[in-house]
Amino acid sequence: MSESVEKVKAPSEPLFSKKNKKLITDPLSDNNPITIQVLGICSALAITVQVEQAFFMSASVLFVLIFGNLSISLLRNLIPSRVRIIVQLVVVASLVIIVNEVLQAFVPDVSEKLSVFVGLIITNCIIMGRFEAFAMGNKPWPSVLDAVGNAVGYAWILLVVAIFREVLGSGKFWGMEILPQGFYEMGYMNNNLMILPPMALIVVGIIIWIQRSKNPTLVEEH
Amino acid sequence: MESTLDIFVKAIFSENMIFAYFLGMCSYLAVSKTVKTGLGLGVAVIFVLGVTIPINYLLENYVLKEGALEWLNPEYGINGSSTINLSFLSFIMFIAVIASIVQLVEMLVEKFAPALYGALGIFLPLIAVNCSILGGALFMQDRQYSTMTDAVAFGLGSGIGWLIAIVFIAAIREKIRYSNVPPALRGLGITFIITGLMGIAFMSFMGIDY
Repeated sequence: MSESVEKVKAPSEPLFSKKNKKLITDPLSDNNPITIQVLGICSALAITVQVEQAFFMSASVLFVLIFGNLSISLLRNLIPSRVRIIVQLVVVASLVIIVNEVLQAFVPDVSEKLSVFVGLIITNCIIMGRFEAFAMGNKPWPSVLDAVGNAVGYAWILLVVAIFREVLGSGKFWGMEILPQGFYEMGYMNNNLMILPPMALIVVGIIIWIQRSKNPTLVEEH
Repeated sequence: MESTLDIFVKAIFSENMIFAYFLGMCSYLAVSKTVKTGLGLGVAVIFVLGVTIPINYLLENYVLKEGALEWLNPEYGINGSSTINLSFLSFIMFIAVIASIVQLVEMLVEKFAPALYGALGIFLPLIAVNCSILGGALFMQDRQYSTMTDAVAFGLGSGIGWLIAIVFIAAIREKIRYSNVPPALRGLGITFIITGLMGIAFMSFMGIDY
């Protein structure tokens, strides 16, 4: 959250130069929006009970972040800095309205389950965080790459947590039974604790634990 | 039918914004290092929720809802010949109300409590993008509270629940500085796990429902 504005210069670099590639790969692990930058936790945890919801949520965030970063980056020299938060909110809110209408039209049952969390993409800190930290100070193309990197970094955490919770909690994947019936006959039971909200936090905590023990430079003081 | 008191108590405990819906986690994690700043932000959240939810409630019921514009012309009503449904505008309207109220709170705090303003630093503007504020408005819309009193009770209750959560975690984090936490889990990791455990404790309040 305390990230300073990064400057990308060089007018004629190749489309996928080293620096640009780094924009995509960095947020996947070492600068992951959820586990390192601590952005976008709000909506990330509540919709990870099922993989399907997590997938549609990630897709929506990907869409909103790419087009939001692109438009903010195009507008960056026109936005007076005093009112930039309002401008950013209007951009996100319009994109989220589009996403919401599309979800309601094509996947009404998913939209029903996501309920208020589609609207909460507006206040998803990833989006505002990337606008502030990157799109306000960079050209459109790097901003799009940055958006893709961060949205995918967000998506994989969401999907991993959702897979854990759905498989262990209800024995399903994408709504289909995947555990053989024999398991249950032998006395296996679904762990209902995984469906409850607090387990999402603990699963993310464990992911952070694994990630930081692999890369000690990320360890915090306290 | 739920009574107003029910809604209030439920919003604080069994449907706590943080432990049941994870709303406002970003500022919850970032500002909970000391009890003092946590308390300051918590009070700000109560205030903003207590003001924005009633305003958004009026907006929802007299402008946005299907047929809500009946007071303008009976034809626009739900049984009228040309019903108007503006609910697709609700996101943008709610966030505009929230952003302006937050701006107001920021100016008031800067004027009357400069010390608090210094302590909260950049986090006051962040209330605008605190999910719990917009989340409160959207839940209010989703659950369709029947009276204004219920909406106010829900807003204040959610705010108090949020304050309780952030003060608790801040107190625990102050103490945990003296414990021997595994290095990789320090800071963020342990905070997540503690929040999860607190969430499990708060879930037991759901028993009151039955």
